[in-house]
Amino acid sequence: MSQIFHRSANTLSRVTIFGAIFIAGFVLWLIGGIVRSPYFTNQGIEREQPVPFSHQHHVAGLGIDCRYCHTSVETSNFAGIPPTQTCMNCHAQIWTNASMLEPVRASFATNTPIVWSRVHRLPDYVHFYHSIHIAKGIGCASCHGRIDKMPLTYQAAPLTMSWCLDCHRHPEKNVRPRSEVFNMAYVAKNQDVLGPQLVKQYNIQKLTACSTCHY
Amino acid sequence: MSDTKTLDYQTFRARVGDLRGKEYWRSLEELSRSDAFDEFFHDEFPRQAMALGNGVDRRNFMKLMGASVAFAGLAACQQPSESIVPYVKQPENLIPGRPVYFASSMPLSGYAQGVIVESHEFHPTKIEGNPDHPSSLGGTDAYMQASVLGLYDPDRSQVVRHFGDTSTWSEFIAALQPVLAAAKTNGAGLRLLTQTITSPSLGALIQQLVALYPGMQWHQWEPVNRDNAREGSKMAFGGYSNVVYDFTKANVIVSLGADFLGEGPGHLRYARDFASRRKVRKGTTTSINRLYVIESMPSQTGGMADHRFPAKPSQIEGYARALLNGAAAPSPPWIAAIAKDLKANAGSSIVIVGDDQPPVVHAIAHAINSQLGNIGKTVMVTDSCEVNPVNQLESMKALVGDMNAGHVKALVMLGGNPAFDAPADLNFHAALTKVPFRAHLSPYYDETSMLCQWHVPEVHYLETWGDARAHDGTVSIIQPLIAPLYNGRDQVEVVGALIGGMDQSPYDAVRNYWKTKVGGDFETEWRKWLHDGVMAGSALPAKAATASTAIPASGIRQPASGLELEFRPDPTLYDGRFANNGWLQELPKPVTKMTWDNVMILSPNTAKRLGVRVPDSWSNERETLMAKVAYNGITVMLPVWQVPGQPDDVATVFFGQGKEHQGKVANGTGFNTYKFRYSTAIHGGLGATITDAGQPAYIIACTQEHQSIDPQVIGGERGIVRAATFAEWQKNPEFAKNKVDDEDISEYPPYDYPGYKWGMSIDMNVCTGCNGCVIACQSENNIAVVGKEEVHRERELQWLRIDRYYRGNPDNPEVYNQPVPCMQCEIAPCEPVCPVGATSHSGDGLNDMTYNRCVGTRYCSNNCPYKVRRFNFFHYADYDTPSLKPMRNPDVTVRTRGVMEKCTYCVQRITEFKIAAERENRKVKDGEFTTACAQACPTQAIVFGDLNDPNSEVTKLKAEPTNYPLLGELNTRPRTTYLAVVRNPNPEIKA
Repeated sequence: MSQIFHRSANTLSRVTIFGAIFIAGFVLWLIGGIVRSPYFTNQGIEREQPVPFSHQHHVAGLGIDCRYCHTSVETSNFAGIPPTQTCMNCHAQIWTNASMLEPVRASFATNTPIVWSRVHRLPDYVHFYHSIHIAKGIGCASCHGRIDKMPLTYQAAPLTMSWCLDCHRHPEKNVRPRSEVFNMAYVAKNQDVLGPQLVKQYNIQKLTACSTCHY
Repeated sequence: MSDTKTLDYQTFRARVGDLRGKEYWRSLEELSRSDAFDEFFHDEFPRQAMALGNGVDRRNFMKLMGASVAFAGLAACQQPSESIVPYVKQPENLIPGRPVYFASSMPLSGYAQGVIVESHEFHPTKIEGNPDHPSSLGGTDAYMQASVLGLYDPDRSQVVRHFGDTSTWSEFIAALQPVLAAAKTNGAGLRLLTQTITSPSLGALIQQLVALYPGMQWHQWEPVNRDNAREGSKMAFGGYSNVVYDFTKANVIVSLGADFLGEGPGHLRYARDFASRRKVRKGTTTSINRLYVIESMPSQTGGMADHRFPAKPSQIEGYARALLNGAAAPSPPWIAAIAKDLKANAGSSIVIVGDDQPPVVHAIAHAINSQLGNIGKTVMVTDSCEVNPVNQLESMKALVGDMNAGHVKALVMLGGNPAFDAPADLNFHAALTKVPFRAHLSPYYDETSMLCQWHVPEVHYLETWGDARAHDGTVSIIQPLIAPLYNGRDQVEVVGALIGGMDQSPYDAVRNYWKTKVGGDFETEWRKWLHDGVMAGSALPAKAATASTAIPASGIRQPASGLELEFRPDPTLYDGRFANNGWLQELPKPVTKMTWDNVMILSPNTAKRLGVRVPDSWSNERETLMAKVAYNGITVMLPVWQVPGQPDDVATVFFGQGKEHQGKVANGTGFNTYKFRYSTAIHGGLGATITDAGQPAYIIACTQEHQSIDPQVIGGERGIVRAATFAEWQKNPEFAKNKVDDEDISEYPPYDYPGYKWGMSIDMNVCTGCNGCVIACQSENNIAVVGKEEVHRERELQWLRIDRYYRGNPDNPEVYNQPVPCMQCEIAPCEPVCPVGATSHSGDGLNDMTYNRCVGTRYCSNNCPYKVRRFNFFHYADYDTPSLKPMRNPDVTVRTRGVMEKCTYCVQRITEFKIAAERENRKVKDGEFTTACAQACPTQAIVFGDLNDPNSEVTKLKAEPTNYPLLGELNTRPRTTYLAVVRNPNPEIKA
């Protein structure tokens, strides 16, 4: 009776058995990499919007403060998306015939809201409060990136839990003076000294308990 | 385990001994302490496990696990894209993401209870009590809390219907015109049927309507009938009057069948006032109040009593007369003791009578109060709060008589469901079909609507404007929180349509009425009323009244021999109007702990005598016998339930269940007992026969033994319940202290919680077991309803449960209520056993539960000695029904299948107020916020706060000598602790 398997099957089976641990490790590493990639986190992906609103133009070009539109950022968990009325405050006067702004005018005329595509989305089991981050000296740009350089808005940070925890564990690395929170271009000159000093001054706690965000 | 023993009643009676025996127990079955029972409770959550009773074979296991792995892969897809929709014009004063609060009032049977409604982006999500409202003082009951679910109920009627087909309001108005034209000349054929109405503005409109059509009649009917109280007040004071009690000044209270802490207008206020005289604190020297309750079915009030005397409903009149006559010879010795106690506290005592008792008993009580000089001090007599107080039973009888005689040409019904709940012998539904034009305004397309040509959907109180009077007559404003969801119409609009040519909105109706009543600056006044929810100073003034002591001797009900049937409104569904409310259906009823059903309550002796004894079957099925109850020639099948403390030869049944046409939740749930509620015996009477129905056992969902703490340690000095009498407390205020509780055994150095240290104190002495906190928790924390079958499997999700313990003689035991939320142990047994770190300790000492991390091993729940963790065995939360989405609290995750959940001291509120304080660079102030349960509690038994604040109320309560932890010997160091019970029995009454 001839052999059913070729001799090389011995080697193959040895490699498979001993390699399994490495193969499994590789698969896990691959999954880990994929879930942290922009494919999953949506980091850096520009969204198509009903109106191609440019933060670059409005913030850097015109110098409009964040809070002109995002009115509740200092008082609420939610920063607020401006109502059509806010757009029309200016666009009733300027660019009144721009075809690009037709959806805005239509919204205002027919009293139907503009449906924007959400850029920063946290899962429902994460409860994030804008107001406290502003109050404790975390700049808009720390999480949202250089909005003033975005013609179309995208999510600058991965918004993964490990990214949140990096700052919650070491707030001194990111805290800035309250006066600079809305300054997009702020760069700390001596964060090593200033950071710990502000952490103390603003009474910033390193909140890492689960119920800080999850409930 | 499944060996079935019958309950050996004599054995456990012998074991317990006399009334003041020290032994505590939870149920009759437990008291028997059979081996089967002990074995049953040896397992954790015995019933939860039974789903796997049939076992799973290897093939099925592999199939299921294979599917799980495949679906796990699917679940890891990319995040769905989401849209975000701003306003076109943002409303003023709205901060996106922040709730806004409005004052309003919830009317129930005409009487208003003040509410503060939390509104997220103009969706009402949570009801709180209005601290400025005299009937609430900030407390809420289960009905108020659950009314938010009632608003979003997808089964509410949504369109005007004509013979069941979709129609419109304008078609209804058109159809009314010929009817009204005919009534112009002869109004006698036009009838209006309403429920009790206290609303001054609606009342004025109805009176205008009645004046418009000559001969038109206005009928009123309410199945939770208060005619006895009305007639009693007329007998005593010469005219229909409203009686208001001030329990803050009462040292001695005698209740003759009155459940004043649990039901009726003003019960929240009465509970608060009663509790204010019951709290025992360091340095309490003057005696706390004393409550005597003579009643039939054990009620919440009976559970709070220092002395409870079970009596058949017909016996109570005799006891009342004995009290009036100064306890003459044939009465039992305890009557004399009560009479003596009352006399010693003349001017600071109250005798109060239940609505079930005949008018003469009410008159007797008024006479006793008058003799004692209580009137004007603890008992205030005012004009009636109702616009037109009538004897509603007579009113209903007259209406049915006229309908049968063909005198009624048109009947318009504002609310109510008389075809379901009118006395059965009147045959309302048969009479109704003889009326040529019939219209029904109702929140559901129900039994009555189906018999009418026209049905108009009624608005919910959160959708409309209005006014109503509180129990003391204070005018309360009803303010809408949301536009009508389903094109509902208000009673005012229907009355306006009947008047004709009146198209005024409910808003205009209220304002126009009060504009004429208030001189001066109406707009300023109006804004203030809206802000406060009440019209300050509008309570009806107390009259100088003396009750007639000429009590008619005739019509005395002789204490009857033989079985008495007693009808009571369902404690959680009222007259049945809340039957489609899942929260209330699943709420364990006070005393019986029954959910999703109505049972017939019998004493164990009577059940034995009638041969309908419930088997003590500790198999995995919780079941009972069906009994055939024949009364007035009608037979109804009802499950039997034995309740300790029920007087012998009394069968109590609740009415309100057994709907056929209301909604998905109500239909087919429970048994309709209105069927044999006759006008001749509206509160019950003699002549019922009860026999074993010979049917297979009936499965019931009773939470009595669910989530049980090990029953071996209920009583005693280490016990779960610790109690003493006032005299014992005076001798030894530290009676509840136990050295073991405070021993700190740990190998690790203590953690000192530098920031906040949240804690809770629950005063068991004033907990009435009303369930307000349970529904408040359910509403605040988006807790799902699981249904009868799942409750039966011990899978109910309510985070907060109220354990009820008995003590002493099972014929008439003392009752102790113990609300049990998560204890937030400092050394929590649940935390180290979680394999994925889903439950962990926060820096404030909270025992966090991270839903998104939980994989559902349930180790934590098994290791929890207090049994406060709840597991989502299935996908209980309704993710799909659109109308339920805006109801949920957006600050709390809606949990899905396979996730453990539990109380976290309302961590969403803690976070919110901590952040608000941090923004202002300060600490959270004591009393700035509290948990949902503490906020709802009518008696303020639950107090929450920061233990690091030496001046906080909770810190002070923890320093009380009566403070004790549950299962302190386990060294879990719970943050929730209890204040022991101190009862105040009369030393002259021997057990």
